[in-house]
Amino acid sequence: MIRYVESRLGLDSWGRRALRKVFPDHWSFLIGEIALFCFIILVATGTFLTLFYRPDAAVVTYEGPYEPLRGQEVSAAFDSVMRLSFEVRAGLVMRQIHHWAALVFVASTVVHMCRVFFTGAFRRPRELNWIVGFTMLMLALGLGFTGYSLPDDLLSGTGLRIGYSALISIPFAGPYIASLAFGGEFPTENVISRLFVLHVMLLPGLTIALLGAHLAILWRQKHTQYRGPGRSESNVVGKGLWPYQALLSLGVMALTAAVLALMGGLVQINPIWLYGPFDATTVSAPSQPDWYMGWLDGATRLFPPWEPTVFGVTIPSMFLPAVLLPGLFFTVVALWPFIERRLTNDAAEHHLLDSPRDEPGRTALGVAGLLFFTVLTLAGGNDLIALTLDIQVESMTRFFRLAMFVVPPVGGALAYRICRQLRDSREHPLGRGSGVVLRRTEQGGFEEVPRS
Amino acid sequence: MKAERVVRGCFALSLAASVGLSLVYLAGGSRAWEGVLLAAALGGIAVGFILWATRLIDAPDNVEERREQKPGEGLGLISEVLEQSVTGVSRRKVLAGLASGAAASLGAALAIPSLSLGPQPGRSLFRTLWVPGIPAVDSEGGRVRPEDVPLSGIITVFPQGSEGAGDSQAVLLRVAPDLLSLPEARASWAPQGCLAYSKICTHAGCPVGLYRAQARELLCPCHQSTFDVLTGAAPVFGPAVRPLPQLPLAVDEDGYLVAQGDFSGPVGPSFWNVTQ
Repeated sequence: MIRYVESRLGLDSWGRRALRKVFPDHWSFLIGEIALFCFIILVATGTFLTLFYRPDAAVVTYEGPYEPLRGQEVSAAFDSVMRLSFEVRAGLVMRQIHHWAALVFVASTVVHMCRVFFTGAFRRPRELNWIVGFTMLMLALGLGFTGYSLPDDLLSGTGLRIGYSALISIPFAGPYIASLAFGGEFPTENVISRLFVLHVMLLPGLTIALLGAHLAILWRQKHTQYRGPGRSESNVVGKGLWPYQALLSLGVMALTAAVLALMGGLVQINPIWLYGPFDATTVSAPSQPDWYMGWLDGATRLFPPWEPTVFGVTIPSMFLPAVLLPGLFFTVVALWPFIERRLTNDAAEHHLLDSPRDEPGRTALGVAGLLFFTVLTLAGGNDLIALTLDIQVESMTRFFRLAMFVVPPVGGALAYRICRQLRDSREHPLGRGSGVVLRRTEQGGFEEVPRS
Repeated sequence: MKAERVVRGCFALSLAASVGLSLVYLAGGSRAWEGVLLAAALGGIAVGFILWATRLIDAPDNVEERREQKPGEGLGLISEVLEQSVTGVSRRKVLAGLASGAAASLGAALAIPSLSLGPQPGRSLFRTLWVPGIPAVDSEGGRVRPEDVPLSGIITVFPQGSEGAGDSQAVLLRVAPDLLSLPEARASWAPQGCLAYSKICTHAGCPVGLYRAQARELLCPCHQSTFDVLTGAAPVFGPAVRPLPQLPLAVDEDGYLVAQGDFSGPVGPSFWNVTQ
């Protein structure tokens, strides 16, 4: 079989080199692979779901086996997801694996980006691949949002409605953009079929294309590596693709799938039968979006009631937290390799990775950014927290308004100090603190001796 | 040798779990067992491969040299080839300009039909289906008398004939008339203490579905904007800025609630010319 392909394509020398390609052996290099494997699992389970889903807003009467909703008027889309969940054999487990995989896909993409950020792997010559990866994160968010809106349930309908309000808030163009995107004034009939074509064709197609580019650039530029004996800017040290890396990656792929299968089987997610079908006059309370959207929801909750009108032009209170804030945040993230290059005047090629402590400024900024994201995400659940702790929701909002400005700079400053101390002491944060041990002397006292 | 036995065992376990998975499916299916057996089948393969890679094979560290990529290197060769496209051309800039102009215009002409995606918003954001004299009905189409409106709850009402209409939905509630402090111009809008406000939050457009009857506040569950119903639904907490537009109500000769006209302002989330 190999001989057959080889004799027709003539890949012998290329294939041999490819099989020997060097992969630095470090666990943090597997996070991006997990994201890739999640995507593969999403395509596989998503294909199954597509065979049963109907992207149709037409009103039908639910007549399936789930008693509480029987006889209720629902959309054909909602009806098909109910059928998938209760009547199609293995349908619910596929749906739940798909949804869990989507959450882990975005999560592993973000963690992978954090790894690249904190180790400086985005520096020349890898700025291009940072941009490609960043674009894939945007596509992943788009895939997530369009995907969880498809069942046409009450919760996702609320998400769409807020998305419409964010679009319409854009100065001057907003009403036009919102009307074009939704096909009129919310709620409209067209939106489900539009989301469907985005979710199953356009966005995954773009993602696959960029995934190819991402891996091709990685292959061409070779891996970065951490500092260590025998490792320099001009070489790359690690295990060959075959057999070690290939077997390990296959194992990690199966492990990712196994964990997602376990979650899909045992941990309920997005139970649309509990939310009920979309209805323009009701909203589920409390209502939280998927985790990666929570920070924007939190930002809109915290934003003060401020809606200035200047010369007849109103800046809606949704615009700053829901459009401008993510716009600015993501612009800074996308352009970070170029911003840092401007700040440090460092245009040299880098193939050896930083330890986060080597660059206290960058690390502090990253920590502050993550804390900002965390505070806003928690604020997106302020009503749940208030309910759990039995505190007034208004107090929670005031607390988070303060925390949003206090926590990130304090955390960043703390990270800066810790990095400086670690760097100066040359100690490993996870290693034992001191280079000496105490030993009992024969006289009953203690003495310090160097650790062997 | 021992590791090899474990790897063999992992693959055997995976095989058994896959057979079990098929049996569960054929027997009628079960979400939990499908998940567990699929996880076992994949997990066996996972542990098997990972142990195989890390325990069974002796993979030494390889060293690969990087090809130095010096700035500008290789560029000469590529541009030499690209130059071939303009060797016989006398006015290169004009030609290149026209070619890109043609491509850009074609792109724009092909993008313009995306305007078919939706109607021009026009004045539709400023209007709803409420007109003078139209009866207010509940979601079933039933007409409402002032005394039907509870003092401790809310009813969602629509203009008759448009039950369920997204932009015209209104919350109807009742308070003791002497508590009201509406703006003077709205003195006649609340017969027998009946108040109707747009149910669409002026912040992000969620239905304002929670009523704190004790405090006489309407609360939006999405972002906790809170509106005081006694003063014309002015916002008292949260990110909303504009009051919920009020629907002027009247009672017709049969004793049922009707609208005097459209809402006091544009309903739903703000947009740039909402005040115009």
